[in-house]
Amino acid sequence: MMKRPSFAIYGILGAFVLGSAFPFYWSFLVASRDNSVLTGDFTLIPGGNFWTNSLRVFDTVPFWKALGNSFLVSGTVTFSVVLLSTLAGFAFAKLKFRGRGVLFLFVVATLAVPTQLGIIPLYMAMAEFGWAGELEAVIVPNLVTAFGVFWMRQYLLDAIPDELVEAARMDGCSLWRAFWHVALPAARPAAAMLGVFTFMQSWNDFLWPLVVLNADNPTLQVALEKLQSGYYVDYSLVLAGTTLATVPVLIVFLVLGRQIVAGVMQGAVKG
Amino acid sequence: MTATLSKVDRGRAQEARPRPPRRYRMSNLDAKVSPYLFVAPFFVLFIAIGLFPLLYTAYVSLFDWEIGADDPPFVGFENYSTLFQDDQFWNALFNTFSIFLLSSAPQIVVAVVIAALLNANLRARTGWRMGVLLPYVASLVALTIIFGNLFGPQYGLVNDVLGLLGISPIDWQASTFGSHVAIASMVNWRWTGYNALIILAAMQAIPKDVYEAALVDGASALRRFFSITLPLLKPTLIFVVVTSTIGGLQIFTEPKLFEPSGGSGGGAEHQYQTVVLYLYQSAFQGYDLGYASAIAWVLFMVVIAVAALNFFLTRRAVK
Repeated sequence: MMKRPSFAIYGILGAFVLGSAFPFYWSFLVASRDNSVLTGDFTLIPGGNFWTNSLRVFDTVPFWKALGNSFLVSGTVTFSVVLLSTLAGFAFAKLKFRGRGVLFLFVVATLAVPTQLGIIPLYMAMAEFGWAGELEAVIVPNLVTAFGVFWMRQYLLDAIPDELVEAARMDGCSLWRAFWHVALPAARPAAAMLGVFTFMQSWNDFLWPLVVLNADNPTLQVALEKLQSGYYVDYSLVLAGTTLATVPVLIVFLVLGRQIVAGVMQGAVKG
Repeated sequence: MTATLSKVDRGRAQEARPRPPRRYRMSNLDAKVSPYLFVAPFFVLFIAIGLFPLLYTAYVSLFDWEIGADDPPFVGFENYSTLFQDDQFWNALFNTFSIFLLSSAPQIVVAVVIAALLNANLRARTGWRMGVLLPYVASLVALTIIFGNLFGPQYGLVNDVLGLLGISPIDWQASTFGSHVAIASMVNWRWTGYNALIILAAMQAIPKDVYEAALVDGASALRRFFSITLPLLKPTLIFVVVTSTIGGLQIFTEPKLFEPSGGSGGGAEHQYQTVVLYLYQSAFQGYDLGYASAIAWVLFMVVIAVAALNFFLTRRAVK
């Protein structure tokens, strides 16, 4: 049994975690007061205006629509990324086909390619399709990621014994059914992690939605930007918006935090 | 090796049975075609929406292409020659690297320390790990707005606290260095805990007997850390640097939203304008898609060059 660490270690870590949580609390603090109190003297006790300020947020930007849009976009993107990545990851990990090595090398090579820099032609294409301002414009370009394919392939390499796929084939199972009944159940833990990460990434995406969406039909991040970009900045209003937008992610974190921690640490070892 | 063997096996099976049943032929076709169908969605989508736009950026950069133009004139490399004489571009490149350095170097040092502390035999282990990861899940836009408030020049909390310590307030928005520090602190705040967990995972992969041997030899805790832990962490540290480089050189949200109602110029004198911010401004506020494409393509080259440099350093370090 290793000895328990000293209080100093808990103290330093505690300070670090408090610092990590503080901006969230600060956001709520400002949101719960009104601007006149903010000037000068600062206190860590919340005021009673959070609800009033939230109502002002709903009046200023289409908050609920933005929230719904963000859920719709992130949900669709997550579903597609997980499904297509597992499918391709399964093929790369367990099936034999000509060109597999070269094709997989292509996947690995594109991991580092900053596709974000292609936004100008992407914008031109979306304008051409009539998708500018529509949610399709933020969904379609994100339906698949090289990282997803790489991640699922690495996981499935060890997760399914080769014999299992062979046995399924012997029984006259088509490869599609082998995918559906053998690979997909086995992939569940890694798929769940990929899903959580994809969802968070999509939820937080900002540059591209800002380019292609407008103030009437925004995602949550774009709506927050509109809230902030007025000529005069009313911080109790803006930070009420950021607090409200943070609540869903905090709930996800409290429910799935353990898995997210495991995912980050596992990704480090596998990556 | 296994692939060739099974192919031979399959060939033999066919010889032995001159007229294979219909179902077998079907499954043979299935085995040949299905793998390609499984990987096809990725390749089709990735090439159409990831790779093609990137390459087409190079094409657009050769034109004087304004938003909505029907027949943009070809100008060759004019956009590039203008770009290389554009002070604002060099300034943006400088700012990008400055913010990147201010955010990566301190971050890694602190992340290693936090990882070492987390590696102790803590009570409520998972709770602590979740605690340090908290910033990672926060919305970047929300946090940038919050930090913009904290670093406000007039009533910002950071200046209030400095005031309590007897330090005169700093204009975090107007000064070049001050704004870079403020923006780097957002990056650090968000990613230090995340990187600490990655480093922690690598620390735990170090075999225990190495430490026990050092312990027997009478090496102190500090000595063990610097002589064993740190060298064995090197590949992971380089991995962390590589991933943060690719993201760091494309930093956009933080400088865009740092100053409320500050527009997209990255400060009154572009003191914290980054390359992607300049790209955004040129394309979607200046409507000059050709010029913005030249910016994108040059940045692409810079990212690839830095990533390649990192890659070779990593290879050497791993060997």
